[in-house]
Amino acid sequence: MSKNRIPAVDGMFTMDFENPQLIGGRSKRTGSYYFPKDLSGSDPAGGESGDREEVFLSTVGTIWSYTTASYPPALPYQLVEPFEPFVIGAVELEKENIVVCGQMMPGIEIGDINVGTKVKLALDVLYEDEETEHIVWKWDLLGEVRSDN
Amino acid sequence: MTTSEIAVLGVGMHKWGKFPGKTFVDIGVEAARNALDDSGVEWDEIQFLSGANTVRNGYPGWVSASTFANALGFQGCQIASSYAACASGATALSIARSQILSGICDVALVIGADQVAKGMFAPVPGDRPNDVDWLRFRLMGLSNPAYFGMFARRRMALYGDTQDDFAAVKVKNSEHGSSNPNARYAKVFSIDDVNASPVVADPLRLLEICSTSDGGAALVVSSLDYAKKRGIKDPVKIAGISTVSPTYPNAIIDMPYFASDSWHSVGDQHHTFKNQIARHAYREAGITPSDLDFAEVYDLSSAYELDWYEHIGLCERGEARNLLHSGDTRIGGKVPINPSGGLGAFGEAIPAQAIAQVCELTWQLRGQAAGRQVENAQIGMSINYGMFGHGSSVIARI
Repeated sequence: MSKNRIPAVDGMFTMDFENPQLIGGRSKRTGSYYFPKDLSGSDPAGGESGDREEVFLSTVGTIWSYTTASYPPALPYQLVEPFEPFVIGAVELEKENIVVCGQMMPGIEIGDINVGTKVKLALDVLYEDEETEHIVWKWDLLGEVRSDN
Repeated sequence: MTTSEIAVLGVGMHKWGKFPGKTFVDIGVEAARNALDDSGVEWDEIQFLSGANTVRNGYPGWVSASTFANALGFQGCQIASSYAACASGATALSIARSQILSGICDVALVIGADQVAKGMFAPVPGDRPNDVDWLRFRLMGLSNPAYFGMFARRRMALYGDTQDDFAAVKVKNSEHGSSNPNARYAKVFSIDDVNASPVVADPLRLLEICSTSDGGAALVVSSLDYAKKRGIKDPVKIAGISTVSPTYPNAIIDMPYFASDSWHSVGDQHHTFKNQIARHAYREAGITPSDLDFAEVYDLSSAYELDWYEHIGLCERGEARNLLHSGDTRIGGKVPINPSGGLGAFGEAIPAQAIAQVCELTWQLRGQAAGRQVENAQIGMSINYGMFGHGSSVIARI
């Protein structure tokens, strides 16, 4: 029996595995985008709360920069043993003029990406327990077949 | 806006390193006693104590001023405790300056000290899904070195910097720090040593990422009148302090956020808080970057020091590696950077580091930085920042 899937955090992304989307904010007054909707820097020109409407962010972007987590991150990261180093991507969304970080999908190596590489949003298991898979967004390569070499 | 100056009468540190048998209080008190000895002011003459808090040592750390005042002996002076992450020391100093310039007190003691567990910094415990510092670890394992790695990779892609350029910063700072008695690491590293250490956050290696240290630093500061009355001729003076918050947007992603602000409103994807911190300090002191004789910058990583050359206006964006290789930022060069050895030689002790930077400014300006002296230093700047948006910069002159 497959496990129950829940988002690792509520309200930041949709749980549509085919076409996931980040849920951000947009200022009605200035047009600026925010992610997460209510947990980022604030434009004083945006005025009082209630100015930010909920919007879906672009699902495709380009690598702004990237790095590795070569050692296990500290709590509250939920370590999966044995620890596998992973790649982190900071992805620029052109329409929103914003950079959003996320882990790269498993199997993507540091040599597979460069600043400017096109990527798309994906969902993956962040960690799991006996009954539940905790899901998060990650970034995946777009339109390129990864070699396994 | 006009800013008046205050005098630095005394500076003191506790050596940085790992001291598991000591508490942050022991470390802070030793630094404070050294600063008092250096100033010639007695503890019972201090009228105001400004404490920079630590959040990793329980309640006494959150009320650091009363903790330190008690450890030195409660003598009834006014106190304030403040926390602003890595900017805590500058915040504590700015509060002392306000007390002095408003005439509420004549002489103040500023103390910051920390004692932490080994390894990377982690958020304080608890479940806090509305705290980006908690979320960045929980959702993607985005530790501090990951930001340093991303900044470094960005430099490589945009400006053609290489891993050897970054390693050269570590080599320079290890040379600077090798004769500093307060530094944690005395070893001089070569590029090969750096490249032989394991990758932590690609492209950065273990020797390029600052460690987490125990350490303490303290200052005795006063009005210029008080200094004169004590017979202190020509003291080091604090000419500017920047504790600004960001002007939106911070287009360059930074700790603890896992997304940048949108640069839609300014159309400039390099619009960053870090430039604003320096700008305010220069404005208060009435100087420009070309007036600096040296600076202590926030080298959380080797590559990050290069970012700071640009943020404080020593060169145009993308030119930092040229400045490094010209030798200008080494002791003996035009504008030595991190003559103390920087965080690379000290490691981070969060509430103490902005204060430690001012200790180094003072020793350099007095000509007392034996083995690492910047010749004829007249004006120096220190800079760092506290995550979530606390500026921290001090300009001192002789």
